[in-house]
Amino acid sequence: MRYRKLLGCAALVGLAAGLSAQEKPQVFTGAQIIPIAGEPIAHGVFVVQGGKIVAVGAADKVVIPAGAELHDATGKVLMPGLVDSHSHIGSGSGGDGSGPIQPDARVLDSLDARDASIQKARAGGITTVNVMPGSGHLISGQTLYLKLREARIVDDLLIKLPDGTNAGGLKMANGTNSMKGANGFPGTRAKSAALVREEYIKAQEYRDKIKRANGDAEKMPPRDLGLEEIVEILDGKRIVQNHTHRHDDILTVLRLSKEFGFKVVLHHVSEGWKVADEIAAAHVACSVIMIDSPGGKLETRDADWRTPAILEKAGVLVGFHTDDPICDSRLFIRSAALAVRAGMTRKGALEAVTIANAKILGLEARTGTLEAGKDADFILLSGDPLSVYTHVEQTWVEGKKVFDRSRPEDHLYAVGGAGAGDSRRAQLCCFTSAWDLIAAANGADQ
Amino acid sequence: MKNITRFLLLSLVAAPFALRAGNIAVTGDTVYTMAGAPLKHGVVLIHDGKIEAVGSADTVKIPAGYRVLSAAVVTPGLIDAHATVGLSGLLNQAQDQDQSEKSASVQPELRAIDAYNAKDPLVAWVRSYGVTTVNTGHAPTALMSGQTMIVKTFGRTADEDVINPAAMTTVTLGRNGLTVAEGPPGQGGPSASKSPGNRSKAVAMLRAELIKAQEYARKRDGKDETKRPGRDLKYETLLRALDGTQPLLITANRQQDIISALRLAKEFNLKIVLDGCADAPAVLDQIKASGFPVIVHPTMQRSYEDMENLSVETAGKLHAAGVPIALQSSFEGYVPKTRVVLLEAAVAAANGLGFDAALASVTSDAAKLLGIADRTGSLAAGKDADVALYDGDPFEYTNHCIGTIVGGQVFADGPH
Repeated sequence: MRYRKLLGCAALVGLAAGLSAQEKPQVFTGAQIIPIAGEPIAHGVFVVQGGKIVAVGAADKVVIPAGAELHDATGKVLMPGLVDSHSHIGSGSGGDGSGPIQPDARVLDSLDARDASIQKARAGGITTVNVMPGSGHLISGQTLYLKLREARIVDDLLIKLPDGTNAGGLKMANGTNSMKGANGFPGTRAKSAALVREEYIKAQEYRDKIKRANGDAEKMPPRDLGLEEIVEILDGKRIVQNHTHRHDDILTVLRLSKEFGFKVVLHHVSEGWKVADEIAAAHVACSVIMIDSPGGKLETRDADWRTPAILEKAGVLVGFHTDDPICDSRLFIRSAALAVRAGMTRKGALEAVTIANAKILGLEARTGTLEAGKDADFILLSGDPLSVYTHVEQTWVEGKKVFDRSRPEDHLYAVGGAGAGDSRRAQLCCFTSAWDLIAAANGADQ
Repeated sequence: MKNITRFLLLSLVAAPFALRAGNIAVTGDTVYTMAGAPLKHGVVLIHDGKIEAVGSADTVKIPAGYRVLSAAVVTPGLIDAHATVGLSGLLNQAQDQDQSEKSASVQPELRAIDAYNAKDPLVAWVRSYGVTTVNTGHAPTALMSGQTMIVKTFGRTADEDVINPAAMTTVTLGRNGLTVAEGPPGQGGPSASKSPGNRSKAVAMLRAELIKAQEYARKRDGKDETKRPGRDLKYETLLRALDGTQPLLITANRQQDIISALRLAKEFNLKIVLDGCADAPAVLDQIKASGFPVIVHPTMQRSYEDMENLSVETAGKLHAAGVPIALQSSFEGYVPKTRVVLLEAAVAAANGLGFDAALASVTSDAAKLLGIADRTGSLAAGKDADVALYDGDPFEYTNHCIGTIVGGQVFADGPH
């Protein structure tokens, strides 16, 4: 009904053609649907309209709306778009080398929405991503939670919260990455924690001053962009996304989180298996990275593929992340498969790349499962999500297709090759466009 | 606490242990011998470190007293055709990093065998995924960084485990072989004071060294003993490249670097092995015409700088063109500190190479490329008892390597 009403309005203003194309319901039939919320559905029906999921269910339970665009997905697997809770796609940055605490620096002011890494993430089935600065600081800056819609500029990717601000968290880190021992950076773990405590106490005092001023401009403290951000953390408006490897560093994060009452997610957690019960008792979630071998630095010597399974058994909410470029966004779902290899449940592993990560970002009401009313973020796979032989065939964000492996220009980003290192669609410029390179590459291949 | 206890207990039970070599029968629902069609219900008999017999259960009877190991899938022990494992240690600290010597750009006299740490945990790590043989050496971070060795992954000592102490001499063309990063002046560009600072200079230096090696040989073979030069390890190494007994392993990823390698090979009539070759699809015809094999970049290598055009389909394209290939773990400066060639082959298998060719690229084809096919890379009577056991398709993410046998020695450190 809503669709018809909209159509009518659009016709009135003479935009019928454009809008009706947008608003036509999209219906997928024949696929095995893994809704994450609930058991898989063989030969399910999935209905999308206006960027939202309208219906998902068995063929005999879901009515296919009239005028819908039908997609035969027989033999495919349809599941929620993947959520990556820690990535560095888009060449973003945060704090610089001037000091260890820079909560005022924002990824927002640095992100290249056309970077090839973003298109590669779409090729990996990622529809929502937390792009972080850091981790070379105690506080690296403000992260951005993004939807990987088609984008010209960073604004096209933003997720707006009800209060009009951009969804995002605060990146923090402890352990050796931020222990530079010069230029104000800490040289030890104890100093690292001391600096963070000082900053949080400053923010508490800042908040108190504002409260005491009670709207009197004369009594207000001078604006401090960094402390404003920490106050949002203290008020529970944003989540701290904390890089941490060693088990003692993990405990330090939990201690600080308890002292100041902030919401936190532990990232990487190479030694999380050593303190799984303590993490569970603190009701803190973990975003785990799955690397092909341990080591590479002292703190990751004891990294183990069994970590997600051990955390899961302890009752911890577990997500995965790419830390792209550390792991390739195009192989993100492999994290779930490797965790199953090392003992995690299939259910837990699939949740860890979808709804668990949505919860980790506080976006579970919008994305992470296939349920009516949620954003139409989904992927079509050629087979079982945990098989090496499976490819992501299509990625849809809010009801729009942003990746299609059958399109040569998208296939290029999925597999690599000449031109895949370039940003998407160089336009209106003197340079050879990526399209020309693609055409040349395909001409040479076929 | 319960979790820790369980984990520690598991670790204890799973602690790496090697059983003494003895009489072993490996049975597999499917045995990929890589010397003929796969066997259904196959048997591999092992005696004294060597393969005694291979065949189907009907034809090969297991003698009494043999220890029987069973798996869903049995393959030859995997071969990693180019690695730095044993030189680039787990911790990535100064004391365990011997893969890169920056004192000079041309040092072919450096030998992997003089640095290889058989007991580095990453040797055991790759072995736990079925890798039994590694061609390892210096990283592609200098124009001529040293000589690789081919070694079995027993984890004893370099001298006990080595099967070829001087397999190839490594050359790196392109950015990673230069002394400085390319870039504008002041950012590592033309201001470089140490050579080679750019591609032309790198090839000029290689040509000069090879010519000097030829001159050295003439003088060394001169009639007048008093005029003969003293031993020169560098030129002795290069002469082995010139006479084809120890080929150059030339890492080249950009298409112009691949072509430079082929030009160099032609000029000096060299037998070379190409390495990396991210841009291979752009110069497929030239590579094919050269007849040289390619040790393809790791399938999951990060795509940046010289490797920005790499593709998960490169191995498949080279194989389809008829170019002999093998896969490798290559070198990583950070994490993962080593790649696992099984996992690289898996992604190649799913992206155009296919199961059979992918398995061959880390077994029989790798053995041929490295010149060790008479000893390993396939399951046949008389060959080294290098065997890998899996609980299903070895390439599937969720399956495990459940045992690795190196020269008849069983390594069982839990499913990996």
